[in-house]
Amino acid sequence: MKLEVGNIHVKELAFGNATALACGENGAHRVEIDKEAIIGFIREIDHRITEVKLDIALPGEATRIMPVKDVIEPRVKVEGKGHMFPGRNAGENDIVGEGRTHVLKGMAVMTTGKVVGFQEGIIDMSGPGAEYTPFSSTLNLVITCEVEESCNQYEHEQILRTVGLETARKIGEIAKTAEADEVNTYETKPLLEQAAQYPDLPKVGYVYMLQSQGLLHDTYLYGVDVKNIVPTLLYPTEVMDGAIFSGNCVSACDKNPSLVHQNSPVIHELYEHHGKKYNFMGVIVTNENVTLADKERSSNWVTKLAVQQGWDAAVVSEEGFGNPDADLVMNCNKLEAAGIKTVLLTDEYAGNQGESQSLADSTPKGDAVISNGNANMIIDLPAMERLIGHDTYVDMIAGGTEGSLRADGSISIEIQAITGATNELGFHNLTARQG
Amino acid sequence: MRILHYINQFFGQKGGEEAANYPIELVEGPVGPGGALNNMLGETAEITHTIICGDSYFNENEAVAVAGIAEIIEQVKPDLIVAGPAFNAGRYGVACGRVGKLASEMGITCISGMYPENPGYDLYKQTAYMVETKNSAADMRKALPNMAALIKTFVEKGGKLGMPAEDGYMPRNLRVNMFAEKRGAARAVDMLIAKLGGEEFTTEYPMPVFDRVEPFKALASLKDAKIGLVTSGGVVPKGNPDHIESSSAQKYGEYSIEGIFDLTEETHETAHGGYDPVKCNENSDVVLPVDVLRDLEKEGFIGSLHDKFYTTVGNGTSVSNSKKFGAEIAQKLLDAGVSAAILTST
Amino acid sequence: MPVVHIATVVPISQTVGANRIVPAVAIPHPLGNPKMDKEEEKLMRRQMVEKALNTLTTEISEQTVF
Repeated sequence: MKLEVGNIHVKELAFGNATALACGENGAHRVEIDKEAIIGFIREIDHRITEVKLDIALPGEATRIMPVKDVIEPRVKVEGKGHMFPGRNAGENDIVGEGRTHVLKGMAVMTTGKVVGFQEGIIDMSGPGAEYTPFSSTLNLVITCEVEESCNQYEHEQILRTVGLETARKIGEIAKTAEADEVNTYETKPLLEQAAQYPDLPKVGYVYMLQSQGLLHDTYLYGVDVKNIVPTLLYPTEVMDGAIFSGNCVSACDKNPSLVHQNSPVIHELYEHHGKKYNFMGVIVTNENVTLADKERSSNWVTKLAVQQGWDAAVVSEEGFGNPDADLVMNCNKLEAAGIKTVLLTDEYAGNQGESQSLADSTPKGDAVISNGNANMIIDLPAMERLIGHDTYVDMIAGGTEGSLRADGSISIEIQAITGATNELGFHNLTARQG
Repeated sequence: MRILHYINQFFGQKGGEEAANYPIELVEGPVGPGGALNNMLGETAEITHTIICGDSYFNENEAVAVAGIAEIIEQVKPDLIVAGPAFNAGRYGVACGRVGKLASEMGITCISGMYPENPGYDLYKQTAYMVETKNSAADMRKALPNMAALIKTFVEKGGKLGMPAEDGYMPRNLRVNMFAEKRGAARAVDMLIAKLGGEEFTTEYPMPVFDRVEPFKALASLKDAKIGLVTSGGVVPKGNPDHIESSSAQKYGEYSIEGIFDLTEETHETAHGGYDPVKCNENSDVVLPVDVLRDLEKEGFIGSLHDKFYTTVGNGTSVSNSKKFGAEIAQKLLDAGVSAAILTST
Repeated sequence: MPVVHIATVVPISQTVGANRIVPAVAIPHPLGNPKMDKEEEKLMRRQMVEKALNTLTTEISEQTVF
């Protein structure tokens, strides 16, 4: 499977008369959004939507967005089968990951609105909080969307999820005929051919663990809630066309927004040395379910599939913390026992001062761990001039405590509440060390 | 930069073991090793005051000593506290460490120096920056320049020291956040290549080792037992009256279940932000089984159910907080004459 | 005092050092199951609690999963 990804580097984002790609300063790409038309488009998505607002939030502005539910990158299929974020709508069941895809690089669609659960996040576009979120450097189109009071939490989450994905897709369409500034080609061959391509290199793969624990903890693969899958194989390029998308906020710091799945960091980094240092064979997607039997079954299947493909080593990334630490440990132990070397990606919950051990489970086999930072660290966020969304939830979201939101609008909170701060796919640069 | 220096009776030139009960004395300016240290600091900082205290006095009257030193700190208002160096003198090291902890509680940094096997290091390494010294005072001529260097770095960096190896202090056993040059995914692939090639690599997080306790002896009978209920599943009275955090709990709750025979949608819910709360919000008995324990109490299967339950949120909550909550809850259960406890977690 | 830990993810309970361990149903509902009708669910919960209580009168010398 071969995919060309053409990036259109977006330097400006503004409201305009039509939703289109325009020419900005010095010939830079400028995305213009027809506000009324996009609001109309969103309102059509679900009859239970009561209110839609659109805002633009740019890097460096004194703007706070919260509670953030998802962040999505506008992309479009240019050549090849399938649809972006496949498997949700009738007639959109083709396998993706082949052909050509265009990306509005540097831009993101964000969803906010009244809180569904405890786990939604904060994004500051400037100040100390901005350093901790990768989304303070993107040009953001923020959708504030409210739904009828009669919607339960599941319906509320589903509506907002659909709004985010459909809007990103709608905007992505303007990239279809654009000329890309750069094109990257990624290719993974069918298993036997891939093995034969670099017979002398060690075979490596990626174990992609996805949250699947219920409300606001779900992830979708081709539209299937991954709590209902047994681990399965993917071509790495499938995720670049949205094969995996988020319905979850574990805690904002270590949930994987859909944009992170579209740009899945471990996959991109594994392609870097593919054919030189190792033979990157493919991806196993697995879940983190709520029963012990499911955890045992899924980790057994991960190992079976890795052995079946002849892997010598694997990168394993966790999503979330707490009981998923047990899934991480099971995957590690079983892979290592099968002779497959592992590197694990996680984050830490080491206490406000970093004084505790950081994981809920442990194994001596886990001797190669990448830490994406201590989520319990407290940060002071100054008041911002503009708030998109609602800040009334600060005290109750994961990472907040009574009094986190001060009367002057400033916030004292764990970085746990900042979207993407300790992303466990290694999307960002934060780490923790013994100090 | 004004420094308050803590030293013991020996280095304070009050005498040896015979003077170990020497009480707290505050003097202006540097004393003993403080003189040399002060010279090394030059323009950077000045030891304005010195506390001299006997090692036995400190350790045998810790509460009084700590209160006295706290008063002195309030009065002198130093920018930095320096303690020792204590080398391998156990009581002196513990005193230096305890002074560091006090300083940290008062929002002041403490720099000390001692031998890694000094119990003061193990006990108090998380609350002070400690320079490594040899095990005897013969090492003074190296220890002082090292402490002076750390103090200078502390001043240069505006009070934000870097990692232990970089700035010259012993690891504090704290996890410290920093931004790496490469993102996590790139570091993971680099580590994979090293591990595949049999090359050396350093894990960024050594896996934790948890402590163990001996199993407690069994109850003779349930018939006269008073059973306590404790949960990390976040079950709270509706409305979460004490605002227990949805993640990284800073507190636990103690709630009465006197006269309650069933937890319902109207009376209880979960504050936990780490699992799908819908089921627990409908019927919290699925996390905290009050309904069946009341039945078992009525039928005489158990003596009684303790009329209070203890609850916190075990979601992103640090082990240090959990230990603290656990110790307090256990004490409260013991004080209430509870004979055994059921712990549920989610 | 003896304690019993009712936990779904038994390996974590073992790692962190619980001594008397009773396996539970699922993380969001350790003592319940939304697929059962209310009476059956309560009966199952009662059986689990009885099992947990009985561990408290059972002498053990090491970590034990009942």
